[in-house]
Amino acid sequence: MDLNMDLNAPHSMGTTIIGVTYNGGVVLGADSRTSTGMYVANRASDKITQLTDNVYVCRSGSAADSQVVSDYVRYFLHQHTIQLGQPATVKVAANLVRLLSYNNKNLQTGLIVGGWDKYEGGKIYGIPLGGTIIEQPFTIGGSGSSYLYGFFDQAWKEGMTKEEAEQLVVKAVSLAIARDGASGGVVRTVIINSEGVTRNFYPGDTLPLWHEELEPQNSLLDILNTPSPEPMTM
Amino acid sequence: MSSPAFEIPPKGGFSFDLCRRNEMIAKKGVNPPSFRKTGTTIVGLIFQDGVILGADTRATEGPIVCDKNCEKIHYMAPNIYCCGAGTAADTEAVTDMVSSQLQLHRYHTGRESRVVTALTLLKRHLFNYQGYVQAALVLGGVDCTGPHLHTIYPHGSTDTLPFATMGSGSLAAMAVFESKYREGLTRDEGVQLVSEAICSGVFNDLGSGSNVDVCVITKGHKEYLRNHLLPNPRTYVSSKGFSFPKKTEVLLTKITPLKEKVVVIEGGDAMEE
Repeated sequence: MDLNMDLNAPHSMGTTIIGVTYNGGVVLGADSRTSTGMYVANRASDKITQLTDNVYVCRSGSAADSQVVSDYVRYFLHQHTIQLGQPATVKVAANLVRLLSYNNKNLQTGLIVGGWDKYEGGKIYGIPLGGTIIEQPFTIGGSGSSYLYGFFDQAWKEGMTKEEAEQLVVKAVSLAIARDGASGGVVRTVIINSEGVTRNFYPGDTLPLWHEELEPQNSLLDILNTPSPEPMTM
Repeated sequence: MSSPAFEIPPKGGFSFDLCRRNEMIAKKGVNPPSFRKTGTTIVGLIFQDGVILGADTRATEGPIVCDKNCEKIHYMAPNIYCCGAGTAADTEAVTDMVSSQLQLHRYHTGRESRVVTALTLLKRHLFNYQGYVQAALVLGGVDCTGPHLHTIYPHGSTDTLPFATMGSGSLAAMAVFESKYREGLTRDEGVQLVSEAICSGVFNDLGSGSNVDVCVITKGHKEYLRNHLLPNPRTYVSSKGFSFPKKTEVLLTKITPLKEKVVVIEGGDAMEE
């Protein structure tokens, strides 16, 4: 009976989302689990949404609310880009998200806006539940973030390279996936710098193994379907 | 439903005060009348040249099956169809409304409708009603940008997936998809897999039952297979069914005449003084 109640619950993204700046740009990271109560409604969702060519947003909280906010902000930014005749800055994007979040307190969503512009370079803005805005060199969000504060205090360094920053993000998301039941699936990253945008995808079986985790295993169905193993050759 | 930690009067949008009043009254034990729901299994998948949608055909009202062969794959546009789960009235109303908006949009633009247009119209409506329009949908279609499959939840969130299931039988159907779906299925393999997923809902979920409907959409073509499978045929004690005589047979005739007049009985005892 409880199971059915859970399926009718609104979609929320028990999430791990991360934004990190490095010398020259930003790296955004997220897991891929969307759940309704105890059921994983989507195990490969994309929580890093494009707002403009140079600005992306990581979404957490209610799936419906965060989609509506990012859809509106994308619309406003496109209009703004046309009127201005040049790309919108990350600050403008973050401020639009904040305006919607602050003016509509019923929205249950926390967002991380990250991007690159020619005026200020790579910038990360966190916009948590109440609609405040915080500019930080790195920001973590979602239910999985509570497992990561200490890790980031220890591991984050000023002036990292792109590779170091991305490895940090992937490591952090995989750590949160290992401890947070509401986070899981794959790790997605988006790297934004003066050269453009790179999207990366790390399947669950390529992530590092943490304390007491088991090796990835093929499902029994795969094993049953495969023909008998090749005879050994000397 | 999770409620915010603090209550602020809304500035715009619809008022859901009466919905909250009804919830409170229901909690106190005065239950409102039940709606016709489609405890449902609906599915969809993308195959090599299009999209296949599937649905069972049971509609329930609480524990009672009130329609054993209803249609849950709704028409949106010639190239777009939509499976609905949740309150039957809501899925019917929301798909009808959006399909009419799409038709007007086609008259206006003179182009084929796109799946994202239908998706946006549906999610906007559902988000406005904050989950009170109880429609969980699987939207599928083929347009100029290729095949698309989306799921839409009552609160207005959407997902884009290569295979999707919804409704009370979604867990049973997803188990089938997760173990057997692969990229580049042929049409026949796709129809077979969709039927199998719906059957898994029909047989393992109490809210789903009866027959299997399938809809195959490819570029410029669609095929609505109503009652593709009939795994639960009606069975009678006699294979011929029951037959009744044309008229009521007369077993006995007996006429009892009624007394027509009041009979005056004379010679009774005279009244004494």
